[in-house]
Amino acid sequence: MAMNTDIQETSPELEKLKELYADKGFVVTSINNLINWARTGSLHWMTFGLACCAVEMMHVGTPRYDVERFGAAPRASPRHADVLIVAGTLTNKMASALRKAYDQMPEPRYVISMGSCANGGGYYHYSYSVVRGCDRIIPVDVYVPGCPPTAEGLLYGLLQLQKKIRREGNIKR
Amino acid sequence: MSKSIEAAKEAIKKNCNPIKISDDFNQLQIFISANQILDVVDFIKNDEACEFRQITDIAGVDFPERTKRFDVIYHFLSFKHNIRLRIKITVSETETISSITSIFPAANWFEREAFDMYGIQFKDHPDLRRILTDYGFEGYPLRKDFPLSGNVEIRYDEIDKKIIHEPVNLQQDFRSFDIQSPWERTNYLKEDKKNNE
Repeated sequence: MAMNTDIQETSPELEKLKELYADKGFVVTSINNLINWARTGSLHWMTFGLACCAVEMMHVGTPRYDVERFGAAPRASPRHADVLIVAGTLTNKMASALRKAYDQMPEPRYVISMGSCANGGGYYHYSYSVVRGCDRIIPVDVYVPGCPPTAEGLLYGLLQLQKKIRREGNIKR
Repeated sequence: MSKSIEAAKEAIKKNCNPIKISDDFNQLQIFISANQILDVVDFIKNDEACEFRQITDIAGVDFPERTKRFDVIYHFLSFKHNIRLRIKITVSETETISSITSIFPAANWFEREAFDMYGIQFKDHPDLRRILTDYGFEGYPLRKDFPLSGNVEIRYDEIDKKIIHEPVNLQQDFRSFDIQSPWERTNYLKEDKKNNE
């Protein structure tokens, strides 16, 4: 019986699940689905605000967009975090700090690159002091376009990341 | 023009021996030579008619066609008289200029920035290091002869497990789509004038 994380009150799957649980007192699922459900439901993000994108990232955490309803809470330390949101212009001087933060994150770890600057240098692409895309420093899972992206845009990016995680196989065969 | 500007102008004229002094557009501005800086700054800070007690900024300007290629520009603010003052000094690439940190401690980081961006040397500065650019950066980025995209770019090397510096290799050259931007040439005003005449 697969558990579905999509929020649908009248989902027939959920109804079936409810019946099963009421009847037997336990539910059977595959370990893969359980792990994916747990991972997608607790994407604690590390704030790596570097520029104006950071303001939109803050908005995502506020009650209006309320990213916490997807189980994603902001963490100040990379050692607590599952996903790193690179929000803003990554400069050469900051690059080693970003890499250090990324290296401290526990596996499985994900990276969202937010905004034009983090995606490919953006407005500062030809600058002498800016990294032309944060994927030159760390591997990126989701790119959110925009300058800056709206809070909805980032939220959509997070949902895309959840989708990506759901597709993942956790057990090596 | 306000009385306080007039008073400050007279006091500076009398005591500082500036090369040139002006108050166009109600902006008090003096030109001095590099060896005068400590005396002049000390004077404008403490003189009753001036009392410029806050340093607002120190800036540099590069004019590569001149023999003395840099302008060093100091901005001061007087709370008491509610006026501002601009001091301009011209120095060459090899010349040094006295640091004013002994008079205005706040000038410390401004001078570091001017050093970082233009390579202007400040004598007797307590800690003349780079302030903004990357650790181990080479060159002076705000000089007109510094290439736009710099000389090196960085990436993380998966084999060495560290960030490495490589010569710049752009996938696409910088393209300027501006045809009539007034920002492109520094001497466009002169050309316009010539064309009109």
